[in-house]
Amino acid sequence: MPSSRRITVPPLTRVEGEGRLLIRVSDGRVDETRLNIFEPPRFFEALLRGRAYTEAADITSRICGICPVAYQLSALAAIEQICGVGVDGQLAALRRLLYCGEWIESHALHVFLLHLPDFLGCDSGLELAREHPAVVRPGLELKKIGNTLMTLIGGRAVHPVNARVGGWYRAPTRGELDRLVGPLERARDIARDTARFVAGLDFPDDEVGAVFVALRQSGQYAIERGRIASSEGLDIAAADYDSHFVEEQVPWSTALHSTLAPLPPLPPHAPLAPHAMSAAGGSYLVGPLARFALNARWLAPAARETAAEVGLRPPERNPFRSIIVRCVEMVHAADEALRIIGDYTEPAFPAVPARPRAGIGHGVTEAPRGLLYHRYSTDRDGTILDAKIVAPTSQNQRPLEEDLRDVVERSLDLPEADLARRCERVIRNHDPCISCATHFLTLDIDRG
Amino acid sequence: MRTSASTSPSASPSTAAARPRLAVWKFASCDGCQLTLLNCEDELLPLAAEVEIAYFLEASSATVAGPYDLSLVEGSVTTQADAQRIGEIRAASRRLVTIGACATAGGIQALRNFADVDGYLAAVYATPAYVSTLSTSTPISAHVRVDFELQGCPIDSRQLLEVISAFLAGRRPAISSASVCTECKRRGTVCVMVAHGTPCLGPVTHAGCGAICPAWHRGCYGCFGPMESPNTPALVRELTVLGMDDRETGRVFRTFNAAAPAFLAASRDAAEGGGIHAEDTDAEDTDAEDTQAEDTHAEQ
Repeated sequence: MPSSRRITVPPLTRVEGEGRLLIRVSDGRVDETRLNIFEPPRFFEALLRGRAYTEAADITSRICGICPVAYQLSALAAIEQICGVGVDGQLAALRRLLYCGEWIESHALHVFLLHLPDFLGCDSGLELAREHPAVVRPGLELKKIGNTLMTLIGGRAVHPVNARVGGWYRAPTRGELDRLVGPLERARDIARDTARFVAGLDFPDDEVGAVFVALRQSGQYAIERGRIASSEGLDIAAADYDSHFVEEQVPWSTALHSTLAPLPPLPPHAPLAPHAMSAAGGSYLVGPLARFALNARWLAPAARETAAEVGLRPPERNPFRSIIVRCVEMVHAADEALRIIGDYTEPAFPAVPARPRAGIGHGVTEAPRGLLYHRYSTDRDGTILDAKIVAPTSQNQRPLEEDLRDVVERSLDLPEADLARRCERVIRNHDPCISCATHFLTLDIDRG
Repeated sequence: MRTSASTSPSASPSTAAARPRLAVWKFASCDGCQLTLLNCEDELLPLAAEVEIAYFLEASSATVAGPYDLSLVEGSVTTQADAQRIGEIRAASRRLVTIGACATAGGIQALRNFADVDGYLAAVYATPAYVSTLSTSTPISAHVRVDFELQGCPIDSRQLLEVISAFLAGRRPAISSASVCTECKRRGTVCVMVAHGTPCLGPVTHAGCGAICPAWHRGCYGCFGPMESPNTPALVRELTVLGMDDRETGRVFRTFNAAAPAFLAASRDAAEGGGIHAEDTDAEDTDAEDTQAEDTHAEQ
């Protein structure tokens, strides 16, 4: 019998509905890593059936309170494609502006309250605030500015109410946006200072091998629109997503796994079927590392300068260093928001008319955690017949498991407690939605 | 008592023990209501000095065993394991407050209560047998005694701070049970229904958001759930005059607070009027009994 052991990293205390990690080791090699996600299923794709095309944005925003704008704008892009309306000009710029607020809010939450405590040996952002108030207090200020931007455009920061099919219920006035200029300049400064600070942290060695996938839009660091691109040369429209990416269910998780389909691609628009079991394809990574690898040249000048100053160069493959990329992206989001506000003129109408039609629409945007894909089919009166939503976390689940396997294999000589802590850090590097349960793992070893 | 910024967190267990102990729990939900607490950027650090945050996985890995002085519960019960867990949390909590539409009214995921959950599973998962779920999404009050229910999808941060302050001070929270209409009046917003003919659920919806939607030229869509004793039949007549058919009125009451008794009754009336999913009415009746038994706001 080879010497083997089974390392389970279960939820801490009474944390059903979150995550658990199982690692099987034999003869110094990791045979298997499984990240169980126990988040109870909420069946959004099923409950959308029979709803009106005008309801998709508000309903799907309830999938995630941390990135509701991502869900709203992916849904609206898909529905507007069905309706055959283009949202352009200032109406589109306002969507990008709202999204900048969400990037700042979500990244600041992760950087200061979830991720940074790992690097500085604290249990929480609150403890961090006591130990390092000079870092955390500006961080909370930065987060608040993101929320203020979302509230001004969207009415509130969590599940904003203003975005609708064809545009907005109400466009902000010039004067309202002008009030954001001072705070956003301050946000850009805080993000830049934070990038300098985090770049000096101690980063363990690690390298993800997965293909990077992100939206790409010539001339802009893609956020709310673009084509789907990869570090291997993929370049497709959102409508071709289904022919290149496959979702599959694994027994140990309620989150579906996504893989890049092996070539040749499936026929376009083939099955409007449930997420299919499939032959394994290649893993790919979405999120800040992927965006930075594919789109760094389009960052706003202030963000490009910050990246250069702190020694960040694309492609960055160490997930521990994603904290620096998030800071650079916050510099970009603040700078981009200032540019949009500077160019803003109040539109004559807050929305363009959008009539229901029968059809299939695809929408894809860059949530703070990465690519978010929606597909709907509707009948003539706009009733939703079918919906498919692929969240960043399900796309990142497989590369995350691969990352964990590599790290564990190199760290098997660590004491168990340290190994568990290292695993938690690897998971948090990718900012999965289950990272709401920060530090949610403890280690239990079953020696086989 | 207050602790200074330089105090070592592990230095004085007696100080920690003297502070009230707060716990935040998550069930099936989007995390938005917990996030509302973290979004109180200006109040977060002072609050953390006033209370011991004994269990809050979104914010901290340091956890403390019960009992807790105040438990805030986000999310609805959708699995057998969660049905058991909420009982354990209740037993460990002196006061238990639900935060948000999921914990208070089952949330958007309670739409499964009107459908065949096996069909839902098959729509999302290739192998439904791998997934464990209950056929219903139920509010916390369907399982344990609840000291206060804070409505909203998401909750409002000012109301949350009032609830925390009130329970820590041993008083009832000063939360208005009036409708969104009162907030429009206070805000000086022109009535979108009267002035523009925009359908609005404000007259039957619980106040608390600050009447955001009408201020953004949109009708209220009821995300705070029913106010106390709402007159939904009167509103439905107005909505019909504005051109909404039974299917549409059924839909607007079946969103984020679909299992709240008053909205449940309104959507059932619409369904009986020939609108949405008439075949589902049996399922609704069953769920209505479950929920109404525990909810004092049930429309009789």
